[in-house]
Amino acid sequence: MKKVKVFITLKESVLDPQGQAVMQSLHNMDYKNVRDVRIGKYIELEMEDSAADIKEQVEALCDKLLANTVIENYRYEIGEEVRS
Amino acid sequence: MKTAVIVFPGSNCDQDMYYAIRDGLGEEVDYVWHAETSLDGYDAVMIPGGFSYGDYLRSGAIARFAGIMPAVVKAAGEGKPVLGVCNGFQILLEAGLLPGAMLKNRDLKFICDTVRLKVENNKTLFTSLYKKDEIIRIPIAHGEGNYFCDDKTLRSLNDHGQIIFTYDGENPNGSKANIAGIINRTGNVLGMMPHPERAADALLGNEDGLRLFQSILNHWRETAHAAYTS
Repeated sequence: MKKVKVFITLKESVLDPQGQAVMQSLHNMDYKNVRDVRIGKYIELEMEDSAADIKEQVEALCDKLLANTVIENYRYEIGEEVRS
Repeated sequence: MKTAVIVFPGSNCDQDMYYAIRDGLGEEVDYVWHAETSLDGYDAVMIPGGFSYGDYLRSGAIARFAGIMPAVVKAAGEGKPVLGVCNGFQILLEAGLLPGAMLKNRDLKFICDTVRLKVENNKTLFTSLYKKDEIIRIPIAHGEGNYFCDDKTLRSLNDHGQIIFTYDGENPNGSKANIAGIINRTGNVLGMMPHPERAADALLGNEDGLRLFQSILNHWRETAHAAYTS
């Protein structure tokens, strides 16, 4: 069993209205040096070992479901063995 | 004309759609549950608005893998009219039947209002009963209707007359090029954020959406039905 961490973020070219609203709030709190805020998603998967290549599997499931690659980028980390 | 209205867990405009077709058009219509796998025998497919699967992950992302979706893709490939409204539009985008994606509304608010739409292209099976550049009033109700695509896709949509409806005057959600509804290249799959099914009965104060359904029926009478009866 492996723990996979997937980080999904909006592409640079896509305006993030949530991030902009949070940045405005941070500026109102006097954190004037915050230059940009981008909000994304963090997804944890626990995956049993299988015959399939885990990297290929993770990329396929990200491309198909977890991320929408029209507007989002993703990266992932495959962690150490998880004891079940 | 026999129409299927697809029902997902969380659909909430399915009854409005059903009513618009049964009572507005006077045509046969069935609900089809998302776990079904066939749409054989149906002449048109409607994907209604709502919050399928609670909008989890992204709106439309999970519905796109429902059991019925291969049949929707098949119907689209056969040239049958497929209409996705609101969440239905989001599902068509996630399924890749239409290009682009939806973002949260520019002002982050869920908007429930009636807006003015401009009919950009009336040479489609969905809009033949409207005049080009006609302004119609149709309700909207969405939190993620901010249509996004890259510039190359936008040029392609423009070049092929695929932008069908745009917001006239103020753009409520920040969508690219004021887009409210687009069609696929072959002209039989339409996705739109505004709700024509909520504007299909004079008793409810607005009939501007009814002609969209009547256009579909006219197309069916002129093509599939004519071929069938001859």
